[in-house]
Amino acid sequence: MRVNVVAFCCNWCSYAGADLAGTSRLVYPSNVKIIRVPCSCRVDEAFILRAFARGADGVIVCGCHIGDCHYATGNYHTRQRMESLFGLLAFMGMERERLRLEWISASEGAKFADTMAEFTAQVEKLGKNERYTGDCIKATDAEAAEGI
Amino acid sequence: MRIGVFVCHCGNNIKATVDAAYITERLRDDSSVVCSAEFPYLCAEGGQKLITEAIAEHNLTGVVICACSPRMHETTFRKAAAKAGLNPYRLEIANIREQCAWVHKNKEEATEKALSLAKAAIAKIKLSQPLFPGESRVTKRALVIGGGIAGIQAALDIAEAGFPVDLVEKSPSIGGKMAQLDKTFPTLDCSACILTPKMVDVASHEKINLHTYSEVEKVEGFVGSFTVTIRKKARSVDMTKCTGCGDCLAACPVKGKENRKAIYIPYAQAVPNVPAIDRESCLYFKNGKCKRCEKACQPKAIDFTQEDERITEGYGAIIAATGFEAIRLDAFGEYGYHANKDVITSLEFERIINASGPTGGKLVRPSDGSVPARISFIQCVGSRDATARGKPYCSKVCCMYTAKHAISAKEKHPEIDVEVFYIDVRTPGKNFEEFYRRAVEVYGVRYIKGQVGKVIGENGSLRIQAMDMLENGRYDAVTDLVVLAAAIEPSDSAKKVAQMLSSPIDANGFLSEAHPKLRPVESATAGIFLCGMCNGPKDIPETVAQASAAACKVIGLLVKDQLTTNPCTAKTDENNCSGCGLCAEVCPYGAVGVISHSTAVNAALCQGCGGCTVACPSGAMNLQGFSRAQIIAEVDALCG
Repeated sequence: MRVNVVAFCCNWCSYAGADLAGTSRLVYPSNVKIIRVPCSCRVDEAFILRAFARGADGVIVCGCHIGDCHYATGNYHTRQRMESLFGLLAFMGMERERLRLEWISASEGAKFADTMAEFTAQVEKLGKNERYTGDCIKATDAEAAEGI
Repeated sequence: MRIGVFVCHCGNNIKATVDAAYITERLRDDSSVVCSAEFPYLCAEGGQKLITEAIAEHNLTGVVICACSPRMHETTFRKAAAKAGLNPYRLEIANIREQCAWVHKNKEEATEKALSLAKAAIAKIKLSQPLFPGESRVTKRALVIGGGIAGIQAALDIAEAGFPVDLVEKSPSIGGKMAQLDKTFPTLDCSACILTPKMVDVASHEKINLHTYSEVEKVEGFVGSFTVTIRKKARSVDMTKCTGCGDCLAACPVKGKENRKAIYIPYAQAVPNVPAIDRESCLYFKNGKCKRCEKACQPKAIDFTQEDERITEGYGAIIAATGFEAIRLDAFGEYGYHANKDVITSLEFERIINASGPTGGKLVRPSDGSVPARISFIQCVGSRDATARGKPYCSKVCCMYTAKHAISAKEKHPEIDVEVFYIDVRTPGKNFEEFYRRAVEVYGVRYIKGQVGKVIGENGSLRIQAMDMLENGRYDAVTDLVVLAAAIEPSDSAKKVAQMLSSPIDANGFLSEAHPKLRPVESATAGIFLCGMCNGPKDIPETVAQASAAACKVIGLLVKDQLTTNPCTAKTDENNCSGCGLCAEVCPYGAVGVISHSTAVNAALCQGCGGCTVACPSGAMNLQGFSRAQIIAEVDALCG
């Protein structure tokens, strides 16, 4: 069994932190695959649900530390939205441990690697995500074709 | 869509862990991929040529580069694509170096992940749109925050190039820490003699607008067009009337902190030479009675009713030069800093030996005014200390200024016994090692390798207990004056300034440069530049070099009339928009306007965070370059 972990990383802090983990050669599990977003507040709850629906076993959203957001206030919105999403996951009967929100700065390469290793281990303990799959969230082909 | 995929080996950096040939081959399975190639160094001229030629030859409409982080070479490859006639925003990078080859050991796993990252990039590029940067006007004026040697040098260089500069300094005079120094290492130049002419140049330069006793309060806008609010604190002295005669100082009855009057000029060479009233110690502000300074002032410059004034000004670029402080020594009880008057910090020692300092340059003990028979310098107080109370880094200047202090003490009183406790003596720099050797060989300063465990007051003297590592024994002796080389940390205001500038700070609170090697004076935020100690410990020559470099970058920006703006901005689909305005509420830049049941994004203000796109309940708002469909396509590719 190999779990699949999707990490949404904001461009300014966490993505740079992941790069620093790389330049520092800090090893973490290859299960983790990163999607770059400008700010953690760009992460729509729908993206996370879509990831779970399509076979992600864990999703982690990473942004700048509170107060350090490149866009001043973006991560406050992230925090608020994630709180309600945790509630929704519970309502859906999903383990909330499959989702995590973490603040990782551009200088925290070690924190990035450690967090990814620890989160992957946590998701591995839960096993494959089988409670919520399928096409619950739709990005219709028409929408895709328009490129919106 | 006709997509070309290019896989970089990065020498062995990628190739050693990722099977580049395999992913190059496998990516051809996608029917949209019309060409795929691997190359040892895609960023090199040959690699870029390969890409531009392929764009022309295969008439590519999209390019995916599997290489290092987009933070490294996205601009390089986008420029190459544009040269070949492809819209640069139809190029995506799969980060298979920093986020794959360098962090995974198993080649098979890393190859699979790299393939998956490349597929996600292909999925994203399929849904990309050509994007066109807009243009924004450049305000040809610079702001420098901090009036120490870094800020002074930067302001002078920018002004010399012909651009107006506002220099903001929180204290009543510019000059910063360098103005407090007696001499500078390793040449023993008189600090004031080399600094004060520059301070006068700043004050008299027609292009420099000096705001002392002022603080930056608010920063809005973006590169080329910042709007900054500066608070000019009430000085209680009318700068236009004051002649700097000093009669008010003589009249003031208060003896406040450091023997300072309530109305004070920080030091004799202060620029501007205009006093300020410290309202916390002024008798008039405390008790409503006194006003002796007002009576003494002939030009009638004293103004007790003065209030803080706020000015708002536009700037094209901002330099942060907020400087440093020595750490507080509360947590270092073993050195007895608070318990004994004769335990002082290096900066306090600097003031004691300075001719314009409180003792007039007489090297005496603070407790009884006697000349010490022995002085003990303790290095690395809080530096190279990974515990919670200390700083993990080397403060860089302490070894050299301590050698300078030791030499200065010996110059004044050759009979004084001078000892230095150190962990390592670090002297990388021009003439540094020679200077240190001179302290040891010519002046007879004793260097003791070992950390001090305790400093105890004893009959008006001080007892030092330490380890002498070279003698492999305990050191226990009496001394008269202890000087602590307290670690350096960013100044109190650095964090606040960094937040206002959206400039990232590192784990130690120093403002981070955009790239430690290749972009050392730029912040990650466009239009914000750094110099001096706010960016990390450094000595005066390095600070001046960095300040000039930052000024050079600012000049390079201000000579432009227009800047191209990031086209990855939000966009409203009017057909789906109800005009609820939730998007406008979350926008930190006021870029979204609600107009008669719809919204419109001002692309010049939008910075592309995407917060509005998620706040929008009807999906009418989208972010170009990171559209909903694109991110979902990436998710699908990575999860599939």
